[in-house]
Amino acid sequence: MSILRVLRPGPMVSVQDRGRRGLLSMGVSASGPMDPQSFALANALVANDPDCAVLEFAGLGGLFELTAPARIAVTGGSVAITIDGRSVDPWEAHEVKAGEPIEIGMLTDATWGYLAISGGIAVEPVLGARATHLRTGIGGLQGRVLQPGDELPLGAGAHAPCLHLAKPFTRPEGPIRIVPGPQDYYFDEDAWNILLSATLSISSKRDRMAMALDGAIIPSHRGHDIVSDGIAFGSIQVPGSGVPYVLTAERQTTGGYPKIATVASCDLPRLVQMTTGTRFTMVTVTRDEAEELLIAERRRLRAILEGIAPKPDFSFDSSTLLMKNLISGVILAEAEVQEAC
Amino acid sequence: MVRILDAGDQALVVEWAEHIDETVNAQVVRLAADLAASPIEGITETVPTYRSLLVCYDPEIIRGRILGERLLERAGRLDEAPLESRLWRVPVFYGGPACLDLDELAEMKGMSPADIVELHSSAEYRIYMIGFAPGFAYLGGLPEVLHTPRLQTPRQYIAASSIGIGGKQASINSVPGPSGWRYLGRTPVRPFDPQRAEPFLFRAGDRVRFFPISEREAEEYDRRVAAGESIVEPVSV
Repeated sequence: MSILRVLRPGPMVSVQDRGRRGLLSMGVSASGPMDPQSFALANALVANDPDCAVLEFAGLGGLFELTAPARIAVTGGSVAITIDGRSVDPWEAHEVKAGEPIEIGMLTDATWGYLAISGGIAVEPVLGARATHLRTGIGGLQGRVLQPGDELPLGAGAHAPCLHLAKPFTRPEGPIRIVPGPQDYYFDEDAWNILLSATLSISSKRDRMAMALDGAIIPSHRGHDIVSDGIAFGSIQVPGSGVPYVLTAERQTTGGYPKIATVASCDLPRLVQMTTGTRFTMVTVTRDEAEELLIAERRRLRAILEGIAPKPDFSFDSSTLLMKNLISGVILAEAEVQEAC
Repeated sequence: MVRILDAGDQALVVEWAEHIDETVNAQVVRLAADLAASPIEGITETVPTYRSLLVCYDPEIIRGRILGERLLERAGRLDEAPLESRLWRVPVFYGGPACLDLDELAEMKGMSPADIVELHSSAEYRIYMIGFAPGFAYLGGLPEVLHTPRLQTPRQYIAASSIGIGGKQASINSVPGPSGWRYLGRTPVRPFDPQRAEPFLFRAGDRVRFFPISEREAEEYDRRVAAGESIVEPVSV
């Protein structure tokens, strides 16, 4: 069996698949990727099934090697990657030979990165999933982040060429959209004005469970305690400190603080990917509008997934580039003429 | 009155009340059971809590506006007949390292520790919800004398299977973690064990009675649990 050797991981690298479903009523949040879009693209680029397990890393990737050849793809954001010293790009697949060091640096414009390997990471599922739930110590490799010396079994990958995206993956822009509720009425007009007029920023207090937002202290005129109710992915909870927290993949399933709003699902990947200190504002949308936005965003992702295609042949690609560089105009014109014939 | 609250674009809340009430919780559990028995297409998960049901859905299959209407209609015609419930008799060792607050609690209440144990183990509790962490059971039915505010400063580590009191609520903790509740002891029962055929022991709507055991009995139970034996079986009531 092929093995992924973890030589020098970043500080927070964990095994993640799509997440553990159907156990919210038993107190188990799904876990799974913080950014499901980048996760889906990573798997697709190495021709994996959508529920294969990958590595998720916060900021810094680390140094890895494989015991057998495979294809890899890194997604999430811009990041320096080398395979045996050769620089390669994220958002596309690359062949890796056995024993070649794979080094993944620091994400420059995102927070959560994904390393998919053809065949997927084949740790034993726990409660129906391979995703690591770090807070409760289940799934992945012994329910924890990876350490130097760890070895992870890999599945058998499909035979496929190296794939890339037809056009670059982009994220929506503008204010982060939120749907008021379920406890929006715990906050009066002044409190709502504070939230919606503030320039918010991403605090360094963040992990897979929640992210604190700086820039607004939001008082509740009805107090900050409720009889516990359920918590959705993206709930914005406001405890007694007035600091808003967005609850994410490893959130507690129920909680006793009022939740002023929920981040629209279409904007969640973008929000969790913001680097610490990034500034943004929030704007409210209705549930109906947020549903429309989510459906449109899913369509957009599906189109990107369907557009994934084999990379142009490398030797052909490099020689054309070389010619373009040497005698660009002339050759281009000739090529156009030839094609017309 | 039952109402629908928004929880984003993939979940909504069916809420009966804002307070803790057994009849309200019974309705929550009934609606969850009703949806499990005859599902509405597009619902992905439900989460029963004290006073409301979180319903997760896929808006590509059913829109929240329509789902909300259908849920209100379902909630309006729930069977009033008493639900079959399970009663668990849970052994508790009211001593040892997990018995963090029994003496202080006794002092606060002007009672002996034995009186506190007697009170705590004489009541019948209802599991209002499983939440916060895997298999964590929130209990109602704590005798009023034992209602005690949470600690000012939460402790960083409370062992799994600790038996706690927080305000009007009681708990059977499932996994280790921080907590501001007060703790009377521990049970050899493991509410959550991912390696077990049935990873989760309890569910919302179950009933619980505690009975005191000695340290030696607790160790004997521990040995049986470690050997993979089941030490508690529920009875239907």
